[in-house]
Amino acid sequence: MTTYIKSITDMKKTMLTFSLAFASILMLHAGLKPGDNAVDFSLKNVDGTTVSLSDYSDQKGVIVVFTCNPCPFAKAYEQRIIQLHKKYAPEGYPVVAINPNDDQVSPEDTFDKMEARSLESGFPFPYLKDATQEVYQAYGATRTPHIYLLENKGGTFKVAYIGAIDDNAMDASAVSNRYLEDAINSLRAGNQPNPATTKAVGCTIKTRN
Amino acid sequence: MKQYLIILLLLWLGSVPAVAQDIPEIDRADLARITGQANDTTYVVNFWATWCSPCVKEIGYFEELHREYGASGVSVILVNLDFPNQVDSRVIPFLKERNITAPVMLMTDLQYNEWIDLVDPGWSGAIPATLIYKNAERVFLEQELTREALYDNLHQIHN
Repeated sequence: MTTYIKSITDMKKTMLTFSLAFASILMLHAGLKPGDNAVDFSLKNVDGTTVSLSDYSDQKGVIVVFTCNPCPFAKAYEQRIIQLHKKYAPEGYPVVAINPNDDQVSPEDTFDKMEARSLESGFPFPYLKDATQEVYQAYGATRTPHIYLLENKGGTFKVAYIGAIDDNAMDASAVSNRYLEDAINSLRAGNQPNPATTKAVGCTIKTRN
Repeated sequence: MKQYLIILLLLWLGSVPAVAQDIPEIDRADLARITGQANDTTYVVNFWATWCSPCVKEIGYFEELHREYGASGVSVILVNLDFPNQVDSRVIPFLKERNITAPVMLMTDLQYNEWIDLVDPGWSGAIPATLIYKNAERVFLEQELTREALYDNLHQIHN
């Protein structure tokens, strides 16, 4: 009888372990959706400091940009991201850039090279290294650049918009839809962004698998 | 007779696409057709760009598949996503250097959000990505493929 009970307990434990593992796999793939609470992070910035999402609790929102050094789409958007920060940081929506790539797979994305890029291009925002790659996975980012616009709702950051900056990566002067700016303006007007998600071609996030 | 043979040889050389592959430009309507044909051909549609290192790594397997199966009911189409202003400087030299003979098409529609879901609703837009389909049987892979994985997936559809 004792053995029987023990085995049921073991079975329950095993099932719990399995379902937890399964749930974490699902979470890993699903990432965040509009309306979800954002995941806090604490990552090393190119200036040597540590930057956390919670440091921005006095802001109206944060434009989280998963980006990297070598991706041509990231490069094509670099100036646009700087301009977005200059335009919207004073309005309470600063940019925080996060580099999610494994630098053994993508040698252009080492911390030193990130620092060099930040200086060279004069990034007015933090450029953080997701060294363990946990942050991009928690957010569900799949490519660079990949934008998560977060809104500060009474001290809790919520995901408001996920996707592209605009609809012309090649030519900033030929853009017809400014998805991200439209999303920020919706928030400022007290509305939810529509569309709340967009898709774009981009570089894969580099992992060792 | 000899002259005739030389002319034939020249014609044959001229028909080898790798020498100067012509790259048709396509838009989202063309892409919808390319990814939704209803016939007995198995289509292998790979989305790639010269700047995408995993794409460059796997493109040889698609060329091999094209050469091996091109005459037996498999149509390989390489949809290029380089910026249209880099085709002459990057794409054409790349295709020549790699001796790519599988058909390449240039997607000129940069409003990605308007057509990514047409290919597959599960696609986030990252490349490489590959669609293998025959009529309603489809497999979509948003990942880099090994030679083995490409052939295994092909055989799921093409048997």
